[in-house]
Amino acid sequence: SAVIQRQFSITGACQAIQKLTRVRVVDNSTLGNTPYHRPPKCIHVYNKTGVGKVGDKILLAIKGEKKKALIVGHKMPGPTMTPRFDSNNVVLIEDNGNPIGTRIKTPIPYTLRRREGEFSKVLAIARNFV
Amino acid sequence: RVSSDGKPPKFQPPPKPIIIDRKTQKEERRFLSPEFIPPRGRTDPLKYYIERKDMIQRRKVFSIPEFYVGSVLAVTTADPYASDKSKRFVGICIQRGGKGLGATFVLRNVIEDQGVEICYELYSPRIQAIEVLKLEKRLDENLMYLRDALPEYSTFDVNMKPVPRMEHEEIPVNKLQVRMKPKPWSKRWERPKYNIKGIKFELPEHKMKAAQKWSQPWLEFDMLREYDTSKIEAKIRKELSEELEK
Repeated sequence: SAVIQRQFSITGACQAIQKLTRVRVVDNSTLGNTPYHRPPKCIHVYNKTGVGKVGDKILLAIKGEKKKALIVGHKMPGPTMTPRFDSNNVVLIEDNGNPIGTRIKTPIPYTLRRREGEFSKVLAIARNFV
Repeated sequence: RVSSDGKPPKFQPPPKPIIIDRKTQKEERRFLSPEFIPPRGRTDPLKYYIERKDMIQRRKVFSIPEFYVGSVLAVTTADPYASDKSKRFVGICIQRGGKGLGATFVLRNVIEDQGVEICYELYSPRIQAIEVLKLEKRLDENLMYLRDALPEYSTFDVNMKPVPRMEHEEIPVNKLQVRMKPKPWSKRWERPKYNIKGIKFELPEHKMKAAQKWSQPWLEFDMLREYDTSKIEAKIRKELSEELEK
């Protein structure tokens, strides 16, 4: 069978999540799951360096609106013993830290538990941990 | 038994015992973990000797089982942020890297349609148990192409039961040819540099031929790249068996 070639190019993992990275929204919110002709992209990382790792807040552009989100996993390998995911995963969040969705099916790294105070609500809706 | 003459039967001496020296046979065939073999270089062998002593010390306290790239392992690590302070991860070993105490292995699994890979350090004190659920080899030493293969080849049940295996059996080689997702892949696995035998390439003929353009057939004859580890291995095996018996 002929192998169909997809008509887009993908860059290898360079620096985790930075401006203009396409991300995958992982929770079950309507904003994250309704299809749109453009994938959600990061437009700002709330960090001293412009590079976002697990546990950093970013600004996403989804369906023509700006929304804050929390990074829960990226393709770039991190410290040993931490999981490396096959896609850049993100959970939509309000300004005060409340998640918009009600369930997160994909696995979340245990390292997020360290900041229990800020992300307690996000961790509460997470089902699987890795 | 009474013979025809009525005399007792002729004394038949018992057959001579056949002595099979299993100990030396076992030692030659026993598995030597690849991180014990020092890399080719000009460093003082004393450094590797001291590292090996530390590795043996760790192995006396915590048993690291024999496993290869392609076997399914379950690793329990200590984590302060996990419930019950320990977490278990099941996955297929796709790569074994590093030498000495920094030896690592990467386990891959697909959980809830999300591929997860964790790189563990063999000699890290955070590891509480390593269990081999399925011991087998694959056609390649590096299974990084599983990232671009269909997810069914990397999914393993988290509650898998260990596959029973008889001792002294040959380690089975799984000649599975993996089917890939459509291109683009993270690396061009069809190129001869990776020398992958475990993929079922469904690419057209002209693409496979074009990939052979990057082949370097002189590499296998390059004498400066030769690294004969047989003598080093024999020495290390002797050292290991002496130390572990103490």
